[in-house]
Amino acid sequence: MSRNVIAMHGVTKRYGDVTALDGVTFALEENRIHGLLGRNGAGKTTAMQILTAQNFATAGTAEIFGERPYENARVLARTCFIRESLRYPDNYRVDHALRAAASVYPHWDAAFAEDLLGEFGLPRKRSCKKLSRGQQSAVGVVIGLASRAPLTFFDEPYLGLDAVARQLFYDRLLADYAEHPRTVVLSTHLIDEVSDLIEHVVLIDAGRVLIDAEAEDLRGRAVTVTGPVEAVERFARGHSELHREQLGGFLRLTLSGAVPSSSDGDLRFEPVSLQQLVVRTTQRNAAIRTDEGALS
Amino acid sequence: MNDDGRPLFVQIAEDIASAVVDGTYPEGTQVPSSNELAAFHRINPATAAKGLNQLVTQGVLQKRRGIGMFVAEGARARLLDSRREDFASQYIAPLVTEARKLGIDPEQLKKMIDVWGDER
Repeated sequence: MSRNVIAMHGVTKRYGDVTALDGVTFALEENRIHGLLGRNGAGKTTAMQILTAQNFATAGTAEIFGERPYENARVLARTCFIRESLRYPDNYRVDHALRAAASVYPHWDAAFAEDLLGEFGLPRKRSCKKLSRGQQSAVGVVIGLASRAPLTFFDEPYLGLDAVARQLFYDRLLADYAEHPRTVVLSTHLIDEVSDLIEHVVLIDAGRVLIDAEAEDLRGRAVTVTGPVEAVERFARGHSELHREQLGGFLRLTLSGAVPSSSDGDLRFEPVSLQQLVVRTTQRNAAIRTDEGALS
Repeated sequence: MNDDGRPLFVQIAEDIASAVVDGTYPEGTQVPSSNELAAFHRINPATAAKGLNQLVTQGVLQKRRGIGMFVAEGARARLLDSRREDFASQYIAPLVTEARKLGIDPEQLKKMIDVWGDER
């Protein structure tokens, strides 16, 4: 039986009259890689802060390992949160940051951290404030991986990391996760890069959960169909439309829940990537919210 | 992996099945583990394991506890049988549909196939 490491139930967070989270409910199973997706300001970081006791919910309950995280050293010691911009004390060097991490995380693997330092080309004696933006992010990635925390959050850990360093991160994450299964939450905008790594997706937009599904199920969820307007319209009947583009007599629709038909040779079908599905779903949600706003 | 819209675990299973059919993995040999497949294809290990388990269910692979997955006896023959069954719907149907569109009647199509076969 797989159990949930994270459970949010009806979590709302308000800052004055701004609602950052609006009745958010989702659960994340143990020992899987989860993708927490959404636009900037969608509420992902707020959700992760509440789960790691760095922020308080206005309403609702948040639990990790079946317990409330606030002032709960037992569950927080099993949790590692790598943020977009980690800050270290001014006099800290790279090896100081690693030593501090080693004392905080019970599952810390010093040899693994050393390997990663070399692979990311991090100078261990360099002061943290003299590191480039990418190197600072790499320190966070090294700590996140070597902590081997049973629950690890990576919140946009890549600022300044180039494509080669990001690939290194994905490869090392995958290899280490295979040997040491744990629960990983990846929050990212680079959906195409992680779509094959994540097993489960939660998409948050404007403080609400839009998608909570297995990544595998989402792969076949939408299809793009292109062809003569009439044939495409005929095919689209009864399916929910995510996106529409027209050029003269040609129409391209992104449809949810439609299965490609081989009988009509005029229609061309293309799979919709997870990234495209997320973009189209978010766009449609924005359009719906605009309509609601106009009505109220 | 290629995003052709099909589930990744199905693609993993088909890759290995194809390798069994073409003799890359003869019967009785060990196939890559889910972790090896995950690292090679850069996919989640659980997805790779799902692909392997599908082949176990189909009788193509056999699990040997603590050692790994091996190609089952008779796997190649079984895969060939099922692929022959699918051949008509996967290859003949689109061929006939396209031929009809181009005004090629069934007799002409048969002749073209004969000529094609002779030339090879």
